[in-house]
Amino acid sequence: MAKLPSTQEELSRRFGPHLNYNPPAGWQRDADKRGDQLVKTHCCFCGQQCGIQLKVRDNRVTGFEPWEEFPFNRGMLCPKGVKRYLQGNHPDRLMDPLMRTADGFRAATWDEALDFTARRLRELQEQYGPDSVAVYGGASLTTEKSYLMGKFARVALKTRHIDYNGRLCMVSAGTAYKAALGVDRAPNPWNDIMQAEVLMAIGANVGECAPITTDYIWRARDKGAKLIVADPRFTPIARNADLYLPVRPGTDLALLMAMLHVIIRDGLTDREFIDAHTTGFEKTAESVEPWNPRRAADVTGVAPEAIEKAAHWIGESRKAMLMHARGLEHHSKGVENCEAVVAIALATGNIGREGAGPIMITGQGNGQGGREHGQKCDQLPGQRSLTDPAARAHVAGVWGISPDELPGPGYTAVEIMNAIHAGEIKGLLSICFNPLVSLPDANFTREALEKLEFFGVIDFFLSETAAHADVVLAGSLQEEEEGVTANVEARVIHIKKAVDPPGNARRDSEIICDLARRLGRGQYFPFTEPREIFEELRLASRGGIADYYGITYEKIDQNMGVFWPCPTLDHPGTPRLFEGGRFFHPDGRARFMRLAWRDSGDPVDAGFPVYLTTGRVVSQYLSGVQTRRIGALVDQNPEPKVEIHPRLAEQHKINTGDWVTVTSRRGAITLQAMVVRTIRPDTVFIPYHWPGGRSANRLTHRTLDPRSKIPEYKVSACRIEKAAGPGGRW
Amino acid sequence: MFGREFYVDPSRCIGCQSCLKACEECDTHRGISMINFDFVDRRESIATAAYVCWHCDEPTCAQVCPADAIKKYDDGIVGSSLKPRCIGCSNCVLACPFGIPKLVPEYEQMMKCDMCYDRTSVGKKPMCATVCPSQALTYVTPETIAATRREKPVNTFWFGNQKITTKVYMMAPADAGEIAIDVADYTWEGENELVPQAF
Repeated sequence: MAKLPSTQEELSRRFGPHLNYNPPAGWQRDADKRGDQLVKTHCCFCGQQCGIQLKVRDNRVTGFEPWEEFPFNRGMLCPKGVKRYLQGNHPDRLMDPLMRTADGFRAATWDEALDFTARRLRELQEQYGPDSVAVYGGASLTTEKSYLMGKFARVALKTRHIDYNGRLCMVSAGTAYKAALGVDRAPNPWNDIMQAEVLMAIGANVGECAPITTDYIWRARDKGAKLIVADPRFTPIARNADLYLPVRPGTDLALLMAMLHVIIRDGLTDREFIDAHTTGFEKTAESVEPWNPRRAADVTGVAPEAIEKAAHWIGESRKAMLMHARGLEHHSKGVENCEAVVAIALATGNIGREGAGPIMITGQGNGQGGREHGQKCDQLPGQRSLTDPAARAHVAGVWGISPDELPGPGYTAVEIMNAIHAGEIKGLLSICFNPLVSLPDANFTREALEKLEFFGVIDFFLSETAAHADVVLAGSLQEEEEGVTANVEARVIHIKKAVDPPGNARRDSEIICDLARRLGRGQYFPFTEPREIFEELRLASRGGIADYYGITYEKIDQNMGVFWPCPTLDHPGTPRLFEGGRFFHPDGRARFMRLAWRDSGDPVDAGFPVYLTTGRVVSQYLSGVQTRRIGALVDQNPEPKVEIHPRLAEQHKINTGDWVTVTSRRGAITLQAMVVRTIRPDTVFIPYHWPGGRSANRLTHRTLDPRSKIPEYKVSACRIEKAAGPGGRW
Repeated sequence: MFGREFYVDPSRCIGCQSCLKACEECDTHRGISMINFDFVDRRESIATAAYVCWHCDEPTCAQVCPADAIKKYDDGIVGSSLKPRCIGCSNCVLACPFGIPKLVPEYEQMMKCDMCYDRTSVGKKPMCATVCPSQALTYVTPETIAATRREKPVNTFWFGNQKITTKVYMMAPADAGEIAIDVADYTWEGENELVPQAF
């Protein structure tokens, strides 16, 4: 049913990706002296959510102007931000709902497409039960849309299976922070970075994945801060590191445990802080006791002296910050990795103060806000637990339903795809998610999609995943619907509507509410504007951990953002958490967690002797649905390349530009080599933004972290061999 | 705001090419980027460098132009070639010691960074220095640079025996007074030689 309706080549001809190079009015438009309207809003690409002014004319976004007054980025933008405006007025843009035909897609009316979608979802649920359909959401959606998706799944569709692509992003960090500190949020505002004396970036390719954060780090260095970078690759920020730790993929935990071992062994802990504000230190100390630097060196490939030095720099400072991103989090022990970072911060008292703290660098556009209000499988608005009776009663009250009507926790993102593959889930409605490119083990994902009895997608371009759909509802770009997001600092900011959706495309929230009406639940979805959704969200989050009750659109505009929690209208917001050592657990104390070593889920052996790690390049965003359609960004990185160290390359007689087949236990792809000294000799790197025969996720594996259910993208086993030429495009 | 100068610090550059992309969005030359960007040696290092024109006090490009098409303005900015005069001969491209000017074939004209004249003349920062995520390119007052950076601004360069002073500053290690790029510049060849002292 959900096999491709025609060949990839035909689909590509019609739906792209085509490259948009030029602004809508062309580059030279001097004759037209009418001024552009400037709309102060934010970039849609990545969790930094840089302030930007979009130039608008005749309901088209024609360019940009830096927004220097916005305090977080002060006008700075990466190339994605500079060129983001070219996603509008795009030849690939879906202007009508699409219905699958025998040999492709045809444009349909909204009534036809929505009626069909509602009917198929209801039929499947009647035949197989309410949980036979699942919902996928996304962390690039505004917080209003994210909230709406959670409510839609549980109230309109009454399924327990809703999860989102943030599951592939930083959930292990969120799980760790929640367990240790009681809240899922970076504890410090970014200005704190400049006050640090020691900065450690572990698994965080800041220069390429959070570019404007680089300036915060450089400013700290200018003031004398030491920079430690732990990464299998010599990333752009590693070039200025005072200490570079070339950690082997999958072994961060051993490195961190050895650092904590040294901190405890050499008496660098803050005993007073530990006694006054934490519990469980002894069990953590016990678990790192066997991890002396010599033992860790064998596991991590980092010299014992370097481990000692890193531990001493952090342990001897009371202004140390440990920054981490996907490199630490994408592991089957991702939660433990992050708990180890938090444990180092707690043990040295480096938390809750200016220049001191563990901070996660959230990656997706609304990576923070999109995970707070109910599109996670186990969560209700306000970062509340779906299994907490009081939380269920509160949210059910706001929604006007009985708590008993609320389904329980469902599957996580990868588990939903597993259940589709197993035939347990028959129908899927997806928005803002391109699992065929972004989930691990892409061949498995394709098989699963082909088994769906109904697949509906809301999207603005026909993504590789949407090409498998029965119906595609033409939705809206970020700049086509008002709302809020929370940036990497948990600063809630205002996304302005700059233009209306083109053609017959509609705002995402309208589509969802219309679908709810057709499912007979319209009374719970009376919204006509995002503001009304936000007003309800404020109430639903009230009293929760991520409390938005005191935030309004106007307050955001007046203050250039408001940091949650913000429980009352006269509350100024909370830029820094844990001041005075007060944590979010009922007893106010932070928890040390027991740390235990585990091997990764896809170990290297004689057949697959090389480590594979994956990540981003600076000019592309996530699965590339948007950025693979912007000419200037594609030119910067036209194709994924395999980064190989000269030592490994020589063994296989591979030079830069040669074709290389990379094979894992799941599949093989052939790409061109880039021979560089900036990667460990036992490791290769492939960026993951591309589909089909260029998809790094054909190689990755589906092993999940047992608690957070994040996939282990950052370490797989592979082998490489020189190839005669390029492999198949699809 | 006046009194601001342009500073280039390749040690901060992360190679993102935001400057390159933003330059071509600038209103006076939309579609054409005037940024000079290099990977220094990608096999050996991730080092990258993004440059604007250095706006020399005595611009070599203007000196060698047979058509008198390159002008230095009162505020020290050396402009792009004047379209009616430029004959597209590439003398400037070959002569510039920094390798800045580029011949744009579709216009048969040399084009280069003019320090965003349209923006800086009305008190804005140049586009590249505004967006640069690492502030490798920055446009601030000398006081701000002195107060916030550990590197030190240098605007005297030696190319063999040619001494060049520029409007744009290079950020150099704190003990560097002038920048020379040839080992021969550091060798001792007698008292009367025009040689900067080694730093």
